[in-house]
Amino acid sequence: MADLATKGRWRDVDKLLSRPGNIISSGFEPSSTLREEIGEYVRVLVVGAGGLGCELLKDLALSGFKNIDVIDMDTIEVSNLNRQFLFRLQDVGKSKAEVAAKRVMERVSGVNIVPHFCRIEEKDIEFYNDFNIIVLGLDSIEARSYINSVACSFLEYDRDDNPLAETVKPMVDGGTEGFKGHARVILPGTTPCFECNIWLFPPQVKFPLCTLAETPRTAAHCIEYAHLIKWDEVHSGKPFDADDPEHMQWVYSEALKRAELFGITGVTYSLTQGVVKNIIPAIASTNAIVSAACALEALKIVSGCSKTLSNYLTYNGVEGTHIKVTDFVKDNDCLVCGPGTLIELDTSVTLSQFIELLGKHPGLQLSKPSVTHRGNNLYMQSPPILEEMTRPNLALRMFDLLGEVPKDTVHVSGASEKNGKKTSCSRKLRIVFKGVADMTVGMDTTGN
Amino acid sequence: MAAEPKTKYDRQLRIWGDQGQAALEKASICLLNCGPTGSEALKNLVLGGIGSITVVDGSKVEVSDLGNNFMLDEECLGQSRAKCVCSFLQELNDAVKAKFVEESPTTLIDTNPSFFAQFTLVIATQLLENSLLLLDKICRKANVMLVVARSYGLTGMVRISVKEHTVVESKPDHFLDDLRLHNPWPELKQFAKSIDLNVTDPVVHKHTPYIVILVRLAEKWADAHDGCLPSTRQEKKEFKDLIKAHMLNIDEENYKEAIEASFKVSTARGISSQLRHIIEDSAVEVDSSSPDFWILVAALKEFIANEGDGEPPLEGSIPDMTSLTEYYISLQKIYQAKAESDCLVIEQYVKNILKRIGRDPDSISRAYIRNFCRNARKLKVCRYRSIEEELSSPVLPELQKYLTDEDYCFAVGFYILLRAVDRFAANYNRFPGIFDSEMDEDVSRLKSIALSISNDSGFHGSSLSEDLINEMCRFGGAELHAVAAFVGGVASQEVIKLLTKQFIPLTGTFIFNGIDQKSQVLAL
Ligand SMILES: [Zn+2]
Repeated sequence: MADLATKGRWRDVDKLLSRPGNIISSGFEPSSTLREEIGEYVRVLVVGAGGLGCELLKDLALSGFKNIDVIDMDTIEVSNLNRQFLFRLQDVGKSKAEVAAKRVMERVSGVNIVPHFCRIEEKDIEFYNDFNIIVLGLDSIEARSYINSVACSFLEYDRDDNPLAETVKPMVDGGTEGFKGHARVILPGTTPCFECNIWLFPPQVKFPLCTLAETPRTAAHCIEYAHLIKWDEVHSGKPFDADDPEHMQWVYSEALKRAELFGITGVTYSLTQGVVKNIIPAIASTNAIVSAACALEALKIVSGCSKTLSNYLTYNGVEGTHIKVTDFVKDNDCLVCGPGTLIELDTSVTLSQFIELLGKHPGLQLSKPSVTHRGNNLYMQSPPILEEMTRPNLALRMFDLLGEVPKDTVHVSGASEKNGKKTSCSRKLRIVFKGVADMTVGMDTTGN
Repeated sequence: MAAEPKTKYDRQLRIWGDQGQAALEKASICLLNCGPTGSEALKNLVLGGIGSITVVDGSKVEVSDLGNNFMLDEECLGQSRAKCVCSFLQELNDAVKAKFVEESPTTLIDTNPSFFAQFTLVIATQLLENSLLLLDKICRKANVMLVVARSYGLTGMVRISVKEHTVVESKPDHFLDDLRLHNPWPELKQFAKSIDLNVTDPVVHKHTPYIVILVRLAEKWADAHDGCLPSTRQEKKEFKDLIKAHMLNIDEENYKEAIEASFKVSTARGISSQLRHIIEDSAVEVDSSSPDFWILVAALKEFIANEGDGEPPLEGSIPDMTSLTEYYISLQKIYQAKAESDCLVIEQYVKNILKRIGRDPDSISRAYIRNFCRNARKLKVCRYRSIEEELSSPVLPELQKYLTDEDYCFAVGFYILLRAVDRFAANYNRFPGIFDSEMDEDVSRLKSIALSISNDSGFHGSSLSEDLINEMCRFGGAELHAVAAFVGGVASQEVIKLLTKQFIPLTGTFIFNGIDQKSQVLAL
């Protein structure tokens, strides 16, 4: 509706984008066409179409963004309806990404939202490189960590270890729990990435098995006993499925029996679900607040129309309304957003030997890695067709595959082990070939 | 097809429970002006299952509404904004009764003040100062809660105006468990004595709960120190060493827990200064018109002075700790029994007080009394000055403090400028910076208004930054969707806290700072 646009539909956003100001970011070039340019040229990816994702899509669409993609593997459940306002009861069971995209496009004409109903790991790395900015509305540490590692893998540094502006993939990340939440801005190479201060997200505490088996004291102990110990004893080999109401009912009744046996009170069906599924309480207002902060930061990052959040905001509504901004510093040795892990290779090393080395490297411990070099697949573990196509490279020398340069960057992605748990990750490696003179000054800055 | 409310509201019931939900479902909310700020605030409440909403707005949907309000689309153009927003909100939750009144809130405030008495709470958005002052008076008189929300460019504000709001279930994040290790009662001491700390069975030894360890060792310590508990740093260290000396090996979790909690035996007796403030409040002199809360406080005060021996009733719950199941269950029962008996004493006081003030002695439920006792240490009373009081005599020392604090400078600047743009609008019938052509004049006009507001308030606002005044004019009265969603979100969250009477609501003026996100609460 170009018609509407000219009649002042975007009057309010345009005031901010078309007028000069004194409290702005560098690079702000106010103009009456800035909003249209953002709409036309900026591609934004929203990761997650849940409580935050629904809000984010609405907020971004009403902030002038027009090319939006959204990715989410989940389907809509009844318990989403108290906050995920784009969904209705009749949508239960459908893809969150698809329904959310459709609803926002219906209401905000001119915006184009492409849904991706799949796991974030299913997309190849290059999919993520197509976006100018990534906004995360997730509730999982693993998913954040993955997207962070992908976005940081695009980052390249110049010879003085300064990040190259055109390789920086900004991220805005939000998260909520009950009346609390956070919003942060990650400019890889400048502000800390998710991994730089991973300590902000301590791992969930698990009950020791001996407590569950021998000295249960709380309702949660009884539930976890039924869930983690009794289930396997009784259902030899049949995996527990938290989404199967019969399974949940079984755990609940076993937990009740155990609680009765020990004189413990407080086992309810609701608590059973909460403990087994690790349910995080969530409400509409907190999601709205955190998403709005994220969307506003996204607009400021792409336009420069005001200062940017530097760099971590916490919101706490439990006691009054507390907002705190902390300027965290990045970890210069961060494996994820740093200049990359340096690996020195003999020119004789083959790709197959290189892959073996990645598994043994103490800082990486990457198993089953796929390797790409400047967007080209050197070796892909999957899908089978790509694996077959790239298999012949395994016998070739890395030095040849990289074009006989003294040094270059490659990207690897695979599974790494952390605290006994395998997680998907993507890493950037700086390969330097031993004994090859560096004649091509600036080589590593002119790529892409 | 209807969704089971238990399932639909599961994620929020885990926060405010059935009682909180029932309070929301009973509430009747009035929204003034349904621009994005108001619409977004209501959206969050409708999703959560608020009882009923009434949207008051006299305007017709214009093209610019479609650029910042998600509830409106092309088909709404030219129609009543209140009607369109209302029908979208209804779509979100059919359990909510949604109504609209097509009238300008300003007119309604001027001509029909009794209209507001029917509501539990009014959310006033994008209202200019004069109407707001009037509305505040109306709401106070009718005992209707008022939440004010405003979005303006990259700033905005939220403020609550209620004479008094009392909270039993404040549910603070971190609060010390009420274990009474500094002052164990006879049953607890007796139980501790029945357990042999030097038991030879290593399994039992490492499953002796730390409560027992601390009660026993504190007694042992007191015996050796003229009945005193460890108080100096040195003594506290020695007490820890005494605990360590009882360990069979360094891996005993229960002893580690005991060392970590050892400071609790040295806690001073008595109540917090916050609670003292409450029991010494003049509202404690109750009469037949006193709310139940204050009758309970009066009973609590009696308890503390008499049976409690300076302490509030016991909370009655204990945290999980390394322990044999049977020891833990026994401890739980001992704590529950003491809490129950404290509660009975309070209940008797309540009955006596009710009788004295001429009310039915059974008119306050046992469930309420029990809940009150369980939360006695965490009670909260919030009182709000009227908006007129705040505007005519802000708390100067606070204001002066903010003006010199770097973290507050944008927020306090916006606070003054939000008032200044209202005065500007009253003078010129429009906001500053609406027209590009008058930008420079508007900047100097707004500056002089801001200065006079500063002077009238009794401080000299030399530190009001020129850049910020410029920004305010640059905003040109824009209501940006993202800012509105934030401010509306904060407003709805405060509404939830006020209605459920759980958690602690905002007690000052919240100023949204969309520049660097350093939003602040100003206690003015
Ligand atoms: Zn990092």
